[in-house]
Order: sequence, then structure tokens, then C-alpha cells
Amino acid sequence: MRRRIPLIITFIIGVVLITGYFVTRGPFNTLYESFSDYFAIITVFAFILGGGSLLKIHLKRVSSRAADWPYSVVTLVAFLVTLVIGLFKVGNPGGMSGEILASGSWLRFMFDGVYNPLSATMFSLLAFFVASASYRAFRARTKEATILLSAALVILLGRTPVGAWMTAWMPESLAFLELPNLANWIMAWPNTAGQRAIMIGIALGVIATSLRIILGIERNYLGRGE
Amino acid sequence: MDVTLMLWIDAALTLMILSFLYRDNPFYKFAEHLFVGVSAAYLMAVGFWDHLVPNLLGKLFPSLMSGVVPGAVGRSPDYYYLIPAVFGMLLLTRLIDRWAWLSRWALAFIVGGAAGFNLPRFLDSDFIIQVQSTMIPLVVLDASGNLLWGASFSHVVLVLGVICGLVYFFFSVEHKGALGHVSRAGIWVLMVTFGAAFGYTVMARISLLTGRMEALGAWLGSIF
Amino acid sequence: MRIPDSILRIDRRIIFLLIGAAVCIPLILKPRFQDSPTPIVQSIFDTVERLPAGSRVFLSFDYGPDTAPELDPMAKALVRHTMTRGHEVSFFTLFPEGVGQIKKITDNLLPVEFPDKAYGRDYVNLGYKAGLGGAINTMVVNFRTLVNADAEGTPLDDLPITADVDEMVDYVIILSLTAGDPGLKEWIQFAGDIAGIPVMGGGTAVVAPELYPYYPQQLVGLMGGLKGASEYESALVDRYPTYRNATMEATMRMGPQVVTHVLIVLLVLLGNLAYFLGRSDRRNRAGRTGQ
Repeated sequence: MRRRIPLIITFIIGVVLITGYFVTRGPFNTLYESFSDYFAIITVFAFILGGGSLLKIHLKRVSSRAADWPYSVVTLVAFLVTLVIGLFKVGNPGGMSGEILASGSWLRFMFDGVYNPLSATMFSLLAFFVASASYRAFRARTKEATILLSAALVILLGRTPVGAWMTAWMPESLAFLELPNLANWIMAWPNTAGQRAIMIGIALGVIATSLRIILGIERNYLGRGE
Repeated sequence: MDVTLMLWIDAALTLMILSFLYRDNPFYKFAEHLFVGVSAAYLMAVGFWDHLVPNLLGKLFPSLMSGVVPGAVGRSPDYYYLIPAVFGMLLLTRLIDRWAWLSRWALAFIVGGAAGFNLPRFLDSDFIIQVQSTMIPLVVLDASGNLLWGASFSHVVLVLGVICGLVYFFFSVEHKGALGHVSRAGIWVLMVTFGAAFGYTVMARISLLTGRMEALGAWLGSIF
Repeated sequence: MRIPDSILRIDRRIIFLLIGAAVCIPLILKPRFQDSPTPIVQSIFDTVERLPAGSRVFLSFDYGPDTAPELDPMAKALVRHTMTRGHEVSFFTLFPEGVGQIKKITDNLLPVEFPDKAYGRDYVNLGYKAGLGGAINTMVVNFRTLVNADAEGTPLDDLPITADVDEMVDYVIILSLTAGDPGLKEWIQFAGDIAGIPVMGGGTAVVAPELYPYYPQQLVGLMGGLKGASEYESALVDRYPTYRNATMEATMRMGPQVVTHVLIVLLVLLGNLAYFLGRSDRRNRAGRTGQ
């Protein structure tokens, strides 16, 4: 029961959603519409599961006084405070029926004042590391690496006005070699070719994996044991 | 909320994260853990109010939710929505070790749903239409019948590039002889692709840093 | 320590400082660069431009604050363009964080720059819906099942802009600003290729190269990263000179882009030079030891 029922559920959902794609009328389509809607609803519970899991892990870290446990307290307090503010719409000018991020609400403050800078800065750190990594590891050691490096340099210069400035001296007949034109050409043709080959490969992989999942051949998602 | 106060909080949190560039430190750790807590709760709150309330609770309990879902007034309950509600609750059993196995049922719905959605769409959008889009003339002529060298070259690059790239991904046959040469050309096409992707990635990261520096600039501007 | 080795072993924090300076100095000096739209960006502009006034446009903010410096300028340029053209815009998001991004536009940009435009008549916020591609699928098969009210809970029938919207195909175009999954790819797979609604928009520079295979058959146009946004802004200013004095964020941010790109190119070249000099040095030493 612990493994067979999930396999049956996967099979039914998968078959209905595939059939509904091709059959646009009748009971199959009604099921298709409903399952599609239910799918979206169930994914919201994944957020709740994520929150619950975070709570469980950090409570365990605090109770066992694990290394750096005071930081887990920060996470727990931040989580609980934001959750209360969000679920009860604290400070929302429209009350419980107001828009979730209404101007003046406390959640809006948490979003603009706390979430926004933390999230944006966290990702902006990558600018420093990508530059450092380029300096240390981007080497024209082989023919392939040289091609990769050359393409990257053309894009880096060609996608900024400096590329146009550097190659503005070129005669009209060689305009296609101007860095911006070269960068646009690389994006439109060789990049499209490579990305398309990858895309087709991924598509075939997704199709095969989806079939294996629906037919119950692929069961890793169920985990081990009963 | 006071704009100046917001600027100070924004700047303080930004500097805490940026301090990681020197080395890992308590300020960075504090900001990192704060981010994890706030983001998890934010996702839950928005998911709850923007999706669960109007699309599940408003349909299951319209009279109860009529205060927060104006559209639910006068509507009768739609008990079919007990299905996603039950599956959703089953997903949460993963948090309780004894009942965690029940979450597989909900997981099966999600995995089956993803597989059912993806199979025909990847087949159509990412396979059939991509193959169609690659079927282009290798020789391009203008209206007067003259050969357009540039366009023809680009078309050849695209068609051969896709074929060579696909051959490289074809692992069922050993890449020797003619196939080896084609596969090698495929690697070159992929290298150009990755080079372009790298260039674009650098561009993206710098843009994000620019945004943060502008925010710090606004804060400094408020002081001086 | 020999010179090539010492160059290769520069403290990474020095590189960090150089990058920081390369971003900050142009922000202070504010150099302005002229840009012109490439065909892939121009096609979005032309599509929005050619739509008759009052056309229903669906604009999905599929991103959060982490990618906002790239995508916010696109959002602003698109909103300015669609509003100037008199289109009816429905804002939506497949990202929970996108709710905040929409609010930046509806609270800060629209009331200031378009005070005559009214919520519910000229634009509406449909909020966030979960379900990734499944959410788009539900909207395509039965729009009102998923979206039955705006973000404030007002039923669609009570808003003039959405009263006649029963299906996804009631929108003439779908615009998505994409930071990852779900985004333009899903809009193409689940809406564009199935319902035949033209899909276009912008993506972060990380996502953009992956979307090129869809252009032009499945994707009308694409703004790739800050450069794409800058191109759209230049197209907007060219067509509507009233925007010449407006703050064009992407155009302003191209300054740091230029300097940092040049710096990174120089760093890569320097790194390679040091590596090859060091390698030949090591070979020479090995040769001498062998003798």
C-alpha cells in the first residue's frame, strides 16, 4: 500500500494530463481541468512544508545547542515574526481583506526593507566571485577552451558600447566583424545552434523520464524502504 | 514607514552581506539566517493569501471566507476541492516521522502532474518545433536570385551546429572516425554556446551589483 | 616568487576592490551611452506599438528582488510603453516575490507618471498564483478557475478591465519578465504554442541565451539582460521623445557594465599572460634540470 498507491496515483494523474492535452472535450477534459487546478493548489502546500521543515531543523539545532545555534534563533524569530505579520496581515490598511502587500502593511515593510536588500545583495556577491574565478581559472589551455574564451570575450565587449567604439574604424565592407555585430551573430546563430542541440537533448530526456515515471519504472522519487 | 529609516536598514543589511567578501563573520551569518527565516515565511504568507485563500478555502468554505474573499459571497461549497486539500495535508505528514510515508501520495500527485504536463509540451515545443525551426534552406537567395553569402553561411552554421551538437550528445555509438570529427565539431559549437552564456552571466551579475551600489549610494546621499 | 606566479596569486580581495571601483566610479560620473535596438528587441517594441489602443496585454512579473536591477528597467519601459499606447494591462506573477515587484510599479510608477490611468479600468493586479507551468495550463484551459479575482479579492466581473476576460486568449499578447523557472519558457510551452497567443518579454542575462532557440517562431522578441532593457529604452525614447528626460535606469546602468566588462576582459588576458609566461618559465627550468 505504501508504494503501490503512489504508483497508481502517478499513473492516473500522468495519463489524464497527457490525454487532456490531446482531447479537448468530454469527461477526460473535465478531469484534466480539475487535476491541473489541484496541482497548483497542492504545490502551495510545498511552501508550508518548507516552512515547517525549517522550523523543525532550527528548533532541533537550538535544543541540542549545535554549533552556531544562536543564529538558528535569528532564523526562528525572523520566520515566526514574518509569518505572524503575513498570515494576520498586521498593519494592513485594508485589514484581513486587504491586499497582502498593501502599502503601509508590515509585510510590505518586511519585503521592501528586509527581504529586498538581503536577497538582492546575496546574489550581487556573485559579481565578485565570477570576476575572481575568471581571473584564476579562465585559461586558453586547449583548443576548446580557447574557443570558449574567445566567444566570451566577444560577447563581453560586443554587448557594451565599448565594443562599438573599439571596432568603429573598420571599413563598411567588414562591418560584420564589428564587435556588436559579431556578438549579435554569435547569439543568433552558433549560440542558438548549441542551445537548440541541448534543448532537444533535454526534451528527449524529459519525455523518456516522464514516461518512466508514469509507467512506474522510475520510482526514486518515492524514496527507499516501505 | 520612514524613508530614511528604510534606507538605513537597507544599507546595514547590504553591508552585512557584502562583509562576506572580506571573510565569513558574525554580521554576514546574522544577515544570512535572517534572510532564510524571512523568505520562508514570506513565501508561505503570499502562497496562503494569494492562492490558498481564493482558490481553495474560498471554494470549500465560501460563507466562512466571505469576509476576505468577496467573490465567495452567496456561493455554495465545492466539495471536489477536498481532493487537493487532502493531498496537501498528506504532503505535510512528511514533518511527522511516523506518518511520513503518507506524504508519498501527495508527492505522487506532484510528480505525476509534472510528468503529465511536461511530456507533451517538451515533445511539442522543445522537440518537434525545434526540429522544424532547424529545417531552413542552406542556400539563401534574394528576390533577384542572387546568393546571399552571409545569410547562407549563418543558416549552414545553425543547421550543422545543431546536428553536430546532437551527435556529441549521442552516446550509444563510440565517437570514432567520421562520427568523431562531427562530434568534435559539436564540442566547438557547444564551447561557443557556453562562452556566450558565460559572457551573459557576467553581464547579469554586474547588473545586480550595480543595483546594490545604487542603493548604497542613495543611503550615502541621505547622509551627506 | 617569480613575476607570473605573483600575478596569479593576487589576493582575491584586490580583485573584489577593483570590481567594486569599476561599478561605483561610473555610477558617480554617470556617463551616458547611446544605444540602438537590435531586431530581437525591436520586434517587441513594434508589436506593442502596432496593437490598437485598448488592447488587452498580460504582463507577468516572473522575478523577485534578486534579479530586479536587470528586470525592473524592462518592466518600467514596458509599462510606460503600454500605458502611453493606451493598452489595458493585467499584471500577474508566477513568483511569490513578484507580488512586491508589481507593487513597485502600481504604487510608485503609475500614480506618478500616469495619474489619469485608473486601477480596474486601465490596469489591474491579478497577483500571484502557484503551480508553475500548471498554473499557466489552468489559465489556458479555464482562466476563471485559477484567476477569479484581483489581488485585492475584487471579483473580475466587478472590474471593467477584466469583466470580459473569460479565457486566456482574450489577451492579445503575453509579456513575461523572466528570472528562471517558471518564466518565458513555460509561457511558450503552456500558452504560446497551445493557445496561439504571441509570447514575448525579457529575461535576465543568465536566462536569455537559453531562450534564443524559440526566437522567432515561438517567441516574438526577447530583451536579454540590462543591454536588452537599454535597447528597449532607446527605442521608447526615439519614438516618444517626452521620455528623453525620464530616468532610464538601464541606460544609466550601462556605465558600470562597460567598465566592469573591460576590467574582466583585462583580468582574463592578464591571467592568461601570467599563466603562459609561468608555463614557459617552468618548462625552461625543467629543461635546465634535465640537462
